[in-house]
Amino acid sequence: MIRDLMAKLASIAIMMFARALTAARAIWHETGLPPKQSIYFANHSSHGDFVLVWAVLPPWLRERARPVAGAEYWLKSKLSAFIGRDVFDAVLIERDAAARTQDPVEQMTAVLNDGSSLILFPEGTRNQTEARLLPFKSGLYHLACKRPDVALVPVWINNLNRVMPKGEFVPIPLICTVSFGEPMRLKAQETKDEFIARAEAALLSLAPSSTEDNA
Amino acid sequence: MSAASLDMLKLLLGVGGILVLASSIGYVLKQKLSPDGSNGAIENLNARIRAWWAMVVLIAIAFVAGRVGVLLLFAFCSFAALREFITLINTRRGDHWAIAAAFFVVLPINYFLLWAEQYGIYSIFVPVYAFLLMPIIAVLHGDTRDFLLRISEVQWALMICVFCASHVPALLTLQIPGYEGRNVLLIAFLVIVVQSSDVLQYVWGKLFGRTKIAPTLSPSKTVEGFVGGVASATLIGASLWWITPFTPAQAALMSFIITLMGFFGGLVMSAIKRDRGVKDWGHLIEGHGGLIDRLDSVVFSAPIFFHLTRYWWSLT
Repeated sequence: MIRDLMAKLASIAIMMFARALTAARAIWHETGLPPKQSIYFANHSSHGDFVLVWAVLPPWLRERARPVAGAEYWLKSKLSAFIGRDVFDAVLIERDAAARTQDPVEQMTAVLNDGSSLILFPEGTRNQTEARLLPFKSGLYHLACKRPDVALVPVWINNLNRVMPKGEFVPIPLICTVSFGEPMRLKAQETKDEFIARAEAALLSLAPSSTEDNA
Repeated sequence: MSAASLDMLKLLLGVGGILVLASSIGYVLKQKLSPDGSNGAIENLNARIRAWWAMVVLIAIAFVAGRVGVLLLFAFCSFAALREFITLINTRRGDHWAIAAAFFVVLPINYFLLWAEQYGIYSIFVPVYAFLLMPIIAVLHGDTRDFLLRISEVQWALMICVFCASHVPALLTLQIPGYEGRNVLLIAFLVIVVQSSDVLQYVWGKLFGRTKIAPTLSPSKTVEGFVGGVASATLIGASLWWITPFTPAQAALMSFIITLMGFFGGLVMSAIKRDRGVKDWGHLIEGHGGLIDRLDSVVFSAPIFFHLTRYWWSLT
């Protein structure tokens, strides 16, 4: 009870902080808001990424959206476990394939079967290279095979990597935008490589054209 | 009720009346020309009028809250403007700490010094201390690529968004004999003259605009809009002499200078936008764009207005 209340307060505080810092603004696709249940897949360059996606979603979409995150990172301390589990209700997956006890795709499918949406980062890790996007892991494809009825929505998060570059602990205020693309689905007979290439292209098409500003 | 609050009340009623009129015109235009919301120009006009209501209410609340309210309002404006400015400039990893210092050290100290009424140190804090300390912080990172360019951009962001903008609330620190307790009206005078000049230039330009005044900078600005806007805003300023320490002729001259600085400020800021390839500075105010889109003319006129008033009227 008290834990729930604290989680609620913490989520409001984190959201207000994110908004004050970034004035985050959603840019919706011309077809309108994403469907109620969606798999949002986004570029990943900062720990704040899912907070920003979460913060710009309207309340009725936000309350069912659960971020997918690495268990070994979020279970490191009591505080991060509280934020990960209680505040954001994250689906914690084990990234180390050799050591894991649960299959991430099974975990995510179970969450979708409950009616929730997922926010996930198919690059698998934070992109700290000069490339705009790292090659996607195959999880997105396997998820699409299990639940071909759920729409996949590409989400490009712009500028957040400048707010807090790797290794810094003080964020700087900069305006960020979150662009939502057209919902996509797995096509009949589409191979894994075709689907992943299409998903990567859909996400990249949302990135602003000038890269120099973000260098 | 003191004379100052009575004048403030009259002023607010006047501005409120104009906004009621503007909203009514906007409503009639919408009913006639855009009942289904399809006419972009009318929708933008109505969004602008609604945003004006919000801005006037915010300023009025700050005035009622007194000196601290006004300082907090402008400190927030500086923060939001700096955020828009830094978003558009070239930064590299090595600038991270210099930019963090601009937001979390320089900006608060600048406004703290105004609150403490330490004019001497306030007037040189950004131009001297911040100017020298920022490149020192950046150089410690060791990245020399585009160093001069990056440092000048951050420095300019601070000068425009923090130092120049804070000259509006700095008007509260002036000590003008016979004008005690009324300084907040100087802010109202400045803001009304600058903003009515912007609006009237737009209106005159829409009605009679033929000749473009600066086609490479701002395609919407015309000679007719400029002359009409400056002349009518100068008249409005002159007619407001009773809220200032000036005579009507002095108020007219001050207004003329304010509107000129505001006009050129708008041109300078739109040159920066063109260079960066954006139409607006941001999306903070619906219909207007970013905060800097609304503040650009105030930022350029405020320091000049402050110093003219300080030199000829103030004891401090």
